Amino acid sequence: MELIFNQGAAGRRGVRLPKCDVRPFTASDLPASLRRGAPAALPEVSELEAVRHYTLLSRLNMGVDTQFYPLGSCTMKYNPKINERMAALPGFANQHPLLSQLRKGGSLCQGSLEVLYETERMLSALMGFAATTLQPMAGANGELTSVMMFAAYHKARGDQRRTVMLIPDAAHGTNPASAAMAGFDCREIASNADGDVDLDALRAALGDDVAGIMLTCPNTLGFFDKNVEKVVELVHQAGGLAYCDGANFNAIVGRVRPGDLGFDAMHVNVHKTFSTPHGGGGPGAGPVGVSEKLVPFLPKSRVVKHADGSYSLAYDYPQSIGYIAPFYGNFGILLRTYTYLTMCGREGCKRISENAVLNANYIRARLAPYYEQKFTRYCMHECVLSARPQTRFGVHALDIAKALLDAGFHAPTIYFPLIIPEALMIEPTETESKEMLDRFCDAMIDIAKKAESDPEAIKRCPLTMPIGRLDEVSAARQPVLTARPCC
Amino acid sequence: MKYYAETHEWIEVVDGIATMGISVYAAEELGDLTYVEMPAVGKAFAAGAVIGTVESVKAASDIFAPIGGTVSEVNDALADDPALLNQAPEGDGWICRLKDIKEDDLKKLLTAEQYQKTIAE
Repeated sequence: MELIFNQGAAGRRGVRLPKCDVRPFTASDLPASLRRGAPAALPEVSELEAVRHYTLLSRLNMGVDTQFYPLGSCTMKYNPKINERMAALPGFANQHPLLSQLRKGGSLCQGSLEVLYETERMLSALMGFAATTLQPMAGANGELTSVMMFAAYHKARGDQRRTVMLIPDAAHGTNPASAAMAGFDCREIASNADGDVDLDALRAALGDDVAGIMLTCPNTLGFFDKNVEKVVELVHQAGGLAYCDGANFNAIVGRVRPGDLGFDAMHVNVHKTFSTPHGGGGPGAGPVGVSEKLVPFLPKSRVVKHADGSYSLAYDYPQSIGYIAPFYGNFGILLRTYTYLTMCGREGCKRISENAVLNANYIRARLAPYYEQKFTRYCMHECVLSARPQTRFGVHALDIAKALLDAGFHAPTIYFPLIIPEALMIEPTETESKEMLDRFCDAMIDIAKKAESDPEAIKRCPLTMPIGRLDEVSAARQPVLTARPCC
Repeated sequence: MKYYAETHEWIEVVDGIATMGISVYAAEELGDLTYVEMPAVGKAFAAGAVIGTVESVKAASDIFAPIGGTVSEVNDALADDPALLNQAPEGDGWICRLKDIKEDDLKKLLTAEQYQKTIAE
């Protein structure tokens, strides 16, 4: 496809702007060092050219609105369109993001503050925590917020020795990165033969240098740790805190409240569990719920409700870890969360997790005869299969992922979690019908059979995509990071 | 004589200098390697410490020091051509050399024969 920069002609315009009625910003308003030598080479196209270009691009894309998208660990559920309608309401969409922080500005955006207050209240109730902050802009941002609060908690108690964060090997890959960014050293804890945290390994790792544990629950194997309460108890006994990575909350929402299990903090990816658009890097939001003992350390500002029913932002929290994000987080995404939660209600939330778990187990059971399963127990929201049986014929997880594209499905997550060789991590979510799950399973079974009878055909996939098999190795070894005139 | 770690590194000591890298099995399992992060020359590591990282199209994995020692040399050829790690992981694709080594640490490692047994399992 032609790049937009190569389309159109000099001087062509899609929009005629009205005559400017304020003094225009000119180059002389800028210091010479910041001025361009030549005008920016922006595309000059008509409205029709722009519309065609982006419509064609959208047709090359795969999304939840076009395809089944079982990308494990990502909860690519359908995003109800009412979310978009609410977010587009002019009263929300046209509000200045700094309004609530201006003096007396809060009185002009009571609706938005109420949405934030109520969203926090609903999330606190679902997670089982004393309070929630909506500030973190993404899941990993929520992880960082949580472990920064752990650090502040230990520091406030005068306990400076706790520099180690425990991270089980079935945790999300961002956990050690977040802990390291907050200044902790990471210590890995092995899984046992069932895919749960190895309690002996945990006991051996605990000491007075341990600040806490980051437990992905359910974990990346798709399992709910049978000993989760014991894990939390052991960490607490050693003086540490327990954080629940709630990226997989979809599996337990409405059924289990991590606060009841003893966790001290948890983030939830609203862009996974509570719909809202997701993928391609955002926008997202990773609200964090905390138990009573971490409330003083929550980021500020915080939304408060007054006796007269009005709302405002409050700033007087001397032990707070400070700002995590500007504008109180990604408001547009939080508004979609509020809409989704209001539409689902308490009973609806239970059915989310019920059906997400049922769908994943249906796929797991149907594909069990064809792909390897290291752990033969019920899974939660996702099932992790291995393409190890197919490697005998020279077919790998990557080849199966490519063959799925030709069958009309987005590929699952592959080669993750790292503790399963040739992993295929499949998360159907609750929004898919049985007919769709069957079509997907049929395609996976076909691929498994073909891997044996005609492996070369699988290794040639994809054949129906706009471009064929990508050379990922050269792309990684010799990346070309500038746009070239043609492709 | 070559020794192997359970974490799939090999090491060989000649005249007090140890050369280390990743095993043929590790290179095959990781797939096409695209990047190697090597330690700084002069830096000391204890046995089991993370000494570097290898990245493939599939994942990034840590490389652990099989024995304690101080980095005396790194294989600069790998920076230009990480494919060497796939072509000859236990030869030209060596990662670094260590001096002031703790020879006692070698006792905890596997022989080639023992290592072959563990990966066959």
